Amino acid sequence: MKFAPLAPLAPLARLLALALAVAPCAANSQAVAGAAADTAHKATPPGAGALSIPNADPFPSTYRARTTKATVIRNVHIFTGAGPLIRGGAILLRDGKIMAVGATVPAAPDATVIDGGGRYVTPGLVDTHTHLGVYPAPGGPAHSDGNEATAPVTAHVWAEHSVWPQDPQFPRDVAGGVTTVQVLPGSANLIGGRSAILKVVPSTSVQGMKFPGAKYGLKMACGENPKRVYANRGPATRMANVAGYRAAWIQAEAYRRKWDAWNANPKGDPPTRDLGLETLAEVLRGHILVQNHCYQADEMMQMIDIAREFGYKIRSFHHGVEAYKIADQLAKEDISGSLWADWGGFKMESLDAIRANIAIVHAAGARAVLHSDDALGSQRLNQGAAKALAAGRAAGIPLTDEDAITWITRNPAWTLGLDDRIGTLEPGKNADVVLWSGNPLSVYTRADMVWIDGAVYFDRSDTSQRWRTDFELGYVPANDGRTR
Amino acid sequence: MRACLQTAAIAALLALPAAAQGQVIAITGGTVHPVSGARIERGTVLVRDGKIAEVGTNVAIPAGARVIDATGKLVTPGLINANTQLGLSEGGGPQFSGGYNDTRAKGTRGVAAAFRAWEGFNPASAFITPARQGGVTTVMIAPEGGMIGGQAALLSLAGDRLDDMLVRRASGGPAVAMSASFSAGAADAASRGELLGRLREVLQDAKAYGVNRAAFERNATRSFAAPRADLEALQPVIDTTLPLVVEVDRAADIRAVLDLKRRDKLPLKLILLGAAEGWQVAADIAAAKVPVMVGAMNNIPGSFDVLGARQENASLLRAAGVPVVLISNGSDDAQNFNVQNIRHEAGNAVAYGMSWDDALRAITLAPAEAFGVADRIGSLRPGRDANIVIWDGDPFEFATRAETVLIRGAVQTGASRQDELTRRYAPVKGRP
Repeated sequence: MKFAPLAPLAPLARLLALALAVAPCAANSQAVAGAAADTAHKATPPGAGALSIPNADPFPSTYRARTTKATVIRNVHIFTGAGPLIRGGAILLRDGKIMAVGATVPAAPDATVIDGGGRYVTPGLVDTHTHLGVYPAPGGPAHSDGNEATAPVTAHVWAEHSVWPQDPQFPRDVAGGVTTVQVLPGSANLIGGRSAILKVVPSTSVQGMKFPGAKYGLKMACGENPKRVYANRGPATRMANVAGYRAAWIQAEAYRRKWDAWNANPKGDPPTRDLGLETLAEVLRGHILVQNHCYQADEMMQMIDIAREFGYKIRSFHHGVEAYKIADQLAKEDISGSLWADWGGFKMESLDAIRANIAIVHAAGARAVLHSDDALGSQRLNQGAAKALAAGRAAGIPLTDEDAITWITRNPAWTLGLDDRIGTLEPGKNADVVLWSGNPLSVYTRADMVWIDGAVYFDRSDTSQRWRTDFELGYVPANDGRTR
Repeated sequence: MRACLQTAAIAALLALPAAAQGQVIAITGGTVHPVSGARIERGTVLVRDGKIAEVGTNVAIPAGARVIDATGKLVTPGLINANTQLGLSEGGGPQFSGGYNDTRAKGTRGVAAAFRAWEGFNPASAFITPARQGGVTTVMIAPEGGMIGGQAALLSLAGDRLDDMLVRRASGGPAVAMSASFSAGAADAASRGELLGRLREVLQDAKAYGVNRAAFERNATRSFAAPRADLEALQPVIDTTLPLVVEVDRAADIRAVLDLKRRDKLPLKLILLGAAEGWQVAADIAAAKVPVMVGAMNNIPGSFDVLGARQENASLLRAAGVPVVLISNGSDDAQNFNVQNIRHEAGNAVAYGMSWDDALRAITLAPAEAFGVADRIGSLRPGRDANIVIWDGDPFEFATRAETVLIRGAVQTGASRQDELTRRYAPVKGRP
């Protein structure tokens, strides 16, 4: 990293010493910065919004974990995402965290005890690629908020400003065991804007869903989509796509230097703030993770060179139907592959899709991720992992069931920069847990219960508590057929 | 070059239905699911001349028969995916493959009854082999778009000549259906009432045309809502030899479509497609004895037509006595690149309440019955085409593979394009 994340905060911190002192104790630097910016709204003189502050958080998360009793889930087979299956084990959740997991857990007399009866447990699933809320249901022009297809570079837009928290796709996602999602802008643009990292929880505001302290992602897109959408004004070719990325990064680097200099020594008028360049500068500072839609191997290799030219890292290639052709390079660069089990063939750049893609990427030592890009697929990440596992084994690649579980837990958590908090069942991690009706790699298995930060957000046996969004009331029949 | 020659040789073999002539194959020892009858443990399926000759536990195996040991495995009829654009929409358009709509279905008229979607079918589509490898031996290929989109046909997935691949009825004609759509915005209709009125009008005009073709030729009829070719193509719909497959989702619209037959006295052989809210009017559908083609994955209220979408739909319809054909309504593209995924749709239907036997029937015999070819395909009964799959486990499960696939008695071989790419890049040498 070229710059320490908080160093440029110095001038602002001077202004806000008091505010920081009384800010709630936050778990990480990102949240501290967020709290600062939030409080700054009241404490600083007019015009603070004109400052480009690294790690600023103008729309801070208001999500708070529900307070709950401790929970023990016993008599379950546990895929931890971090090691071999624990047969007939138990897991203890307390204060929103995983306290213990293993063959046995310490006695907890105050805990709610759930006998799993030989069912399976996994970490809460993580989907690195959704458009939940930005392309909500029901669809249509009024709800088409995912692609700002008005210019090839729209780094200034943030997906969270399009998210409709009443999207009925959210409750269906958590019912599929998904507890954390990345919501991305669409792929019309070379640079499409910031992603939102959300917990799949009910809220009247997107802020109430935002994963506290999560880094933003930046959506970039290669190939056919941008050159098709902008055929008349350009880019109309892949070479113009690449010229477009490079032109944007040249501007971003100049902007970053200007602001970093001013933030280090704030004298006179600040430079003019530019939302798009600010986001790109944050990528260059390492504060935002690049999530790059890219199908073909040749284009992914070019994107790696562009990242090197401008000094940023690509966190994940999304869709990457040809990732298997460059699996070794993905491992070497430590770029994850957010991939489908079996989508392909729907356009030219997807014709080389193979079902063993994920398995080959995994076998090369790269981080393989089963992603959805689809509100139905997102509900069945476990089924996608099972398909990819079967295809890998059919191709002769030795794989364990545990490997397949990492594709929908640990590896996507890393892709979002959250592997220190979610994605595995280890003491100290957030208590995001799914209890499945059977082995999650079976077509017959469904999520029975889902916990987020230790609180139950889905219980198949309790329809009275089922999360129904405001939209659904009176429109969408509840599962028992009643409309209200 | 040698590889090319081998590929050509395989293609030539596949092209010859004669390859199955005179050949006797005995599949022994497996758990046989004939679908038309009860499961048979350690059964034998005897195939002769491309047809199923005998099925049972006490079947004499003729000398010289090729024996395939299926001990510990499941034997089912070849699967039927009854709603695909295989060979029509590869890569997203007709520049890749056949194309699946007709410009006459666009615009305000929205009638392309004369369009035979299968005539543009591309037997060389790279997506056919994967479908076959996944145990799908027959597909319906259907047009899309407009109020009446055109004609669909059932194709057997072996061979390279369309004429050979068409599944024919006992009468010799291809097994086809007419595709219609009752969805918001079809044929640029401004309202559902308009759409219904226009559908009624074109069907009634077809009836009027059919009883007086001579007057039409003399220019002595009133003007009709569709040109001659379309009115002609609708004749078998009016005389009920051809099913009218109507895509319709909203409960109220389903009732309206059923009323076409009941109240408007139009003699139609209806099949409903989609029917997202079918479970809400299951009793009406059952009373009308109309089969329903429905998926088991989609539970999203993605439009105001499908607010009641739920995964239990298929099983609730079945429980009400409706003949259910399972098609895909998920997003895993079981219409095209992933035609083989129809078996997972069945698994999901079971997860949401359908019995395993009903789910298997819904992707084998039920579509054959709906399209009037149950005497040819869809079950393991003597006299049927020998479309047979040997599975190494439960066919609905992801871990299960179709080990051996027979179509019209011929064991299918040959690598797919995806297999070749996998072999080129996989880190280890192995299957497939």
